[in-house]
Amino acid sequence: MHNDAILSVKNLEKQFGPGCSTCHNESTRKLEKNYCPQCGTVYACRNISFNLFPGEILGIVGESGSGKSTLMQCLYFDEAATSGELILNNQEFQEENVLELSSQQKRYIRNYHFGMVYQNPLKGLKMDFSAMGNIAEKLIAAGGRNVAEMESIGKTLLEKVHIPLFRMKEEPKRFSGGMQQRVQIAKALSNNPPILFLDEVTTGLDLSVQASVLDLIKTIQRELGISMIVVSHDLAVIRMLADRTLVMLNGEIIEEGLTDQILEDPQNPYTQQLVYSLL
Amino acid sequence: MTFLKVEGFGKSFTISHLNQTIRAVEQIDFSIDKGEFIGITGKSGSGKSTILKSIYRTYLPDEGKILYDSEEYGLIDLLQAEERKILYLRKYEIGYVSQFLNVMPRTTSRELVEQSVLEMGKPASVAKEEAEYVLSHFELDRKLWDTYPNTFSGGEKLRLNIAMAAVKKPRLLLLDEPTASLDEQSKVKVRELIEKLKKNGTTLAGVFHDIEFMDGLCDKVFDMKRRQYTSEGAVI
Repeated sequence: MHNDAILSVKNLEKQFGPGCSTCHNESTRKLEKNYCPQCGTVYACRNISFNLFPGEILGIVGESGSGKSTLMQCLYFDEAATSGELILNNQEFQEENVLELSSQQKRYIRNYHFGMVYQNPLKGLKMDFSAMGNIAEKLIAAGGRNVAEMESIGKTLLEKVHIPLFRMKEEPKRFSGGMQQRVQIAKALSNNPPILFLDEVTTGLDLSVQASVLDLIKTIQRELGISMIVVSHDLAVIRMLADRTLVMLNGEIIEEGLTDQILEDPQNPYTQQLVYSLL
Repeated sequence: MTFLKVEGFGKSFTISHLNQTIRAVEQIDFSIDKGEFIGITGKSGSGKSTILKSIYRTYLPDEGKILYDSEEYGLIDLLQAEERKILYLRKYEIGYVSQFLNVMPRTTSRELVEQSVLEMGKPASVAKEEAEYVLSHFELDRKLWDTYPNTFSGGEKLRLNIAMAAVKKPRLLLLDEPTASLDEQSKVKVRELIEKLKKNGTTLAGVFHDIEFMDGLCDKVFDMKRRQYTSEGAVI
């Protein structure tokens, strides 16, 4: 029942800028939030370590600028992490730090093992391809060659995310924001990834659409058993989705625990401030 | 054979911004045998709910031990257990019921109960069957099965909550003031529900401030003020 972590992050660091003699060393570092005033280097992710277990939804909360999106981008190889390890528990890459693999191998992992849904659908979708074409693109990247088969997977997925099939040949640029987000989710799911990253997926959607996206995410977890990392600044979204939650501030994880515990009995002063600010 | 044993348990809350620490409970010791129903009683603010929420780990306890005899893990200290194990126990062994309903938006009563079953990995056909059984067993009005619970009364929300928890057939069920703000008639109903749960073999720990309600229902009553059981073995 209790397999080991499907994904482990160990001491991941991400800095923007070269650093200087004072901020290179952690003990002499005097940062303002995550910023070195001497040389202007931003320490976006600092010493991040956590595990993601099979079938769970892990929430990451934090204010804007806390480093949560940068962390996701490092995990999805959009950004190169400065240092640290990312270990995937699968037979192909057993015990290997996948952050150090070649870009070709990273692409392979992205295509076969990961799915990503960005806050901004522009980043995840080709707006000029049809909805179906977007899904096919990901399927082809993941080795799909049979057109009829890909079309049937695409239809199933679009139905799952409630996109009417008579619009499947349309470009997402003609869709509403909520529909674009749902096409993005369908695309991310198309290669049947064991791990899905969701970055502020409901931010900016109206409540009604937000409810259906949340419901969709929960259903996916239940039916497909996919492990997910959900980044959001919205505690209500995290409460609905996540089993466990990490709280980030200035590039560091300052608290982690069961989601209801984080919300009802927060330990860290910053988390307390965050939770007690809830309306 | 001890099923749940609370030893030297204490919990305080610190609010950093106000530089305040509040001692909620201290030095609590009691144990529950399998199949028993214990009631915890005491005045408001005495820390009754704190104990239940700490057993469920919604609160992070800071002193003592809460030993639970788990089917999956054997004897386990709930205060020290890894989060992942707590999540497993919540899914399969330990339920928590209050009057507050905190659920996915736009989900009907029936769907909510079905999801409780589905999350245990059972097939949809089983979920459907068990949901219907438990909804009628715990007497949620059939008209309410396919509606959203937003507009339910306190008693109806409670019944739905109990159905969602009971459908998993938990080994231990925590009841956090289920009768608060219910009228007499609804309380009688809750009493019947609890008797049904007990008959099914569920071990129960409940918080009540209503002593009359517990009379003849609980096997033991733990008094927060005296920090001990008051009426041992009164019934059954």
